[in-house]
Parts: sequence; structure tokens; C-alpha cells
Amino acid sequence: MRDVAIIGVGLTKFGERWEVGLRGLMAEAGLAALQDAKISSDEVDMVYGSTMASGRFVGQEHVAAMLADQLGFNNVPATRIENACASGGSALRQGYIACASGAVDMVVVGGVEKMTDVTTSEATTALGGAGDQEWELAQGITFPGLYALMARRHMHEYGTTEEQMAAVAVKNHENGHKNKYAQYRKLITVDDVMKSKVIADPLKVLDCSPITDGAAVVVLAPLDKAKKYTDTPIKIVSSAQASDSLGLAQRESLTEIKATRIAADDAFRQAKLGRGDIDLIEVHDCFTIAEIMAMEDLGFYKKGQAAKAIADGETRLNAKLSVNTSGGLKACGHPVGATGVKQAVEVVWQLRGEAGDRQVKGAEVGMTHNVGGSGATAVVHILKRVN
Amino acid sequence: METAPASSWRRQNASYNLVGNKCEKCGAVYFPSRIICKNCGRESKLREHKLSGDGEVYSYTKITAPSDTFKDDAPYTIGMIKTAEGPFIEGHVVDNGKDVKIGAKVRTVLRRMYADGEEGLIHYHYKFELI
Ligand SMILES: [Zn+2]
Repeated sequence: MRDVAIIGVGLTKFGERWEVGLRGLMAEAGLAALQDAKISSDEVDMVYGSTMASGRFVGQEHVAAMLADQLGFNNVPATRIENACASGGSALRQGYIACASGAVDMVVVGGVEKMTDVTTSEATTALGGAGDQEWELAQGITFPGLYALMARRHMHEYGTTEEQMAAVAVKNHENGHKNKYAQYRKLITVDDVMKSKVIADPLKVLDCSPITDGAAVVVLAPLDKAKKYTDTPIKIVSSAQASDSLGLAQRESLTEIKATRIAADDAFRQAKLGRGDIDLIEVHDCFTIAEIMAMEDLGFYKKGQAAKAIADGETRLNAKLSVNTSGGLKACGHPVGATGVKQAVEVVWQLRGEAGDRQVKGAEVGMTHNVGGSGATAVVHILKRVN
Repeated sequence: METAPASSWRRQNASYNLVGNKCEKCGAVYFPSRIICKNCGRESKLREHKLSGDGEVYSYTKITAPSDTFKDDAPYTIGMIKTAEGPFIEGHVVDNGKDVKIGAKVRTVLRRMYADGEEGLIHYHYKFELI
């Protein structure tokens, strides 16, 4: 396997993008990535496109070919990757493997989701497919409901409080406030979260990531050729993924996402790095409790200790460890198929020193953590600036 | 979302009678049934196994923002139930005036789950009742 670098990134503004459809979103992010990488369309060898449920949201499948066509990549192989909310991270990993293997040189990985053309309850149904359709969704268990079951148990076992969960949303809105691509740039308080409408108790609407339109694209190339395109290639130093039971009921624990722990351990092993080497992380905060569990399962805090640390401000921008500088899924938005790719875009900007007001000082190593469903898939990447 | 009649029919032994399966080789009990035992792989010897329906609440939530299918039923309570035989099962906790809490004892009851529109199938399913 050879070294792989990200040489270009592009993102759309996230939010309710009524004026633009699926293909427009892909083209917007794709064009930005091509301009950033300074490559022409005919240099691209292969495409991976990710959406979770474009068929449910807009009736369109087969989106990778659409992405390749929209960006003018004539007839290159294009393949869709679907792994629920971890589709983007999984597509990035497939692109990495294809490039690292030597099978192809330049790979474009694009994630997209166009979610706001359907009603909220239709979106709830579509997202429910990330869990077990027959034994969860068909029993009336919504996707927030699954995380609510985890949250309640986490509160019971570790004394985690609703106010501590709310603090995750408050912090992520602080970061989103500084990100022009974010869906929500408004500052919120713990009180705002506590008083927001209950969705699946103990989770309230401000504990939940929103319904979002958006796309993200990255361009991968072998590291030894990356210097031709950019002075600041960002090396993918590890790419790890794990799976678990689709249904929550079949897991070993409700308070741990085991796939995250396995993928993280593998990622640190591949990178030959420790937790202390990480300067920033984009974690999968689809719900506030998910960020708390992620910080534990990724190995940054012992089980039961992340909630207090987050509430104490340890993971705010430029505090002990900067977490979700983009605003995370909560404030930046969560176009499900795009999220895993967007996490990589944010980390690349940070490692290049291009993150503006939300720049993590001296950032050299960053991490992304993307989860599918209630934890049936977890994908972890570690990225590093090379000089 | 409508459920295909055949889909409900395929699951009826589980959803009406709480029948899962048990591996005669290693003793693992599964609900819902599996084709292959997680421990024994292709050596699996899985046989039908009916759960007693007894269990306790391991976690719970009250759903106030449901999917389309359940939009007329909200709010309703969902429990993660630890069954007496071991497997965890997620399902509705019926409102019988008792307070749901972690550790509360439950048993299964058969109830109407939902209907496919005015004239479609009515789906029945186990739910959990607080004792
Ligand atoms: Zn067995």
C-alpha cells in the first residue's frame, strides 16, 4: 500500500437549500474541490459517491454516475457507497483503498444528501432505515428513540445529566457560529436546549442534529504525486472501519458504540500515534449523547467521564482538545450522505491553517469519526499535515 | 409506510408468540431468530425457542416525534427490555397507569400495532405491560 493525500476539498453551504437540487449540490461542492486541487476533469481516474437515502428523499438512486457526469469526468468508473449516516466516511475509505492499492491514481469522493424536499415525518421514516427496519422502525422506534435509549442508560449508569448533554449542543453552536458553511450560526444556551421541544425523552430537538441539504467533495492522490498539485498535501495516515449488529438490542452494551472503539484502536495502531497527538476531532454528534459516548469510545475519556469534561469546557475551540470545530452535525448540519466527507473537509482546512476564526492553533494532526445508524458502522480517519 | 402482508406473515411466530431460537450446540438464545449462531457459525444447531415474555425495563424513552406510520399514536413509550431468557427486545410499553422506570418488571401482551390505512391490514404485535 502506498501513501495517499487529500489534495483538494470542496463544500456547499449547509442548510435548507430550496433553490438547489441533488445534482446542483454535488456540482457546487465538486467544482469547489476541483478548483481547490487545481486539476482538470480529465485527470480524474475514479469516483465514489455517497448518499444514504437519496431514493427516499428525492427518488434518485445511481448518484455516483450523476456526480461523475456533472463534473465532466468522461466515462470514469463511478460507484455509490451506502452505509447509512456513515456513507461519506465509508466512501472516503474506499477511495483511500483504491488509491493506496495503486489500482488508480486520482480519486474523487463526493457525499451528498438532499433532505428538505420531504416532510419531517417522511424524513424520520427514511432515517429510520439506518436501524433495523423490521425490529426497530416497524415497532415505532424512531432513530432519535434509539439514541434516547442509550442516553437514558448512560444517565442511569454514569450519572450523566440532561444539562451535560445540552452543553454539547451549546459548544457546537459556538463553533458553528464561526463557520460560514454552517446551517445554524446562532449561539444557544443550556436553558434553550432544556426548554426545547422533546423528541424522544430525554432528547429534545436541540439535542438532535437537523435535517440538512448539502454536499462535500475531496480529491485524493498518491502522496508522491500530490506535491505537483499542492504545497500542503494532507496525508491520510490511517483509515479504519468496524461493524456491529444492525439492531441496538443485539449489542453488548447500550452505553458504548463498540464499532467506534474497534475502529479507533485500529486507526491509532496504523498511524503509530497516541490520543495525545490529536489536535482536533470531528466526531459524529448526531445527538448530544453520541458526542459524549464518542469521546469515551475513541479513548479520550474513561467511560462515564466525558460528559462532565465537555460541560467543563475541555473540548471547546482551542481548549484541551478542540472537538467539532465545524459546529459538528448539530450546528453545521447533517446531510447524512455528505457528513463523513464534510468532516474530512473541515480537518483539511484546519491542518492547512485555513479555518479562519475557528482555527485550532498549531493543528498538525486531526481525526474524523463517522457513525452509521445507532452504531452498526463506525469509520475513523486520522489526517496529518506533511511539509 | 405500508407493510407487505407477506412481511408481517413471515414474522408472525415471533411477533404473536415471541418465538425465537436457541442453539443446541452452545446454548445461546436469540430473539429474533437467527439462521446462523454467532458462536457456532456453520456448526450451528438452532431450534425454535419460545420466550416466556417476562423481563425488566433496561432503558426507555417516550417518543413524541414519530414516523408516519405511528403519527396518530404519539406520545408512546418504547422500552429496551432484558428478557428472563437473556436476549434484549425493543418494543412498546403499554400505558396501564404505572410509571415506567429502569428495573421495572414487565410481561408481554398481544396488542394492535398499526393499520395500513382505513381498509388495509391491521397489524398485531407483542407489547410490554408493566406489572
Ligand atoms: Zn451456538
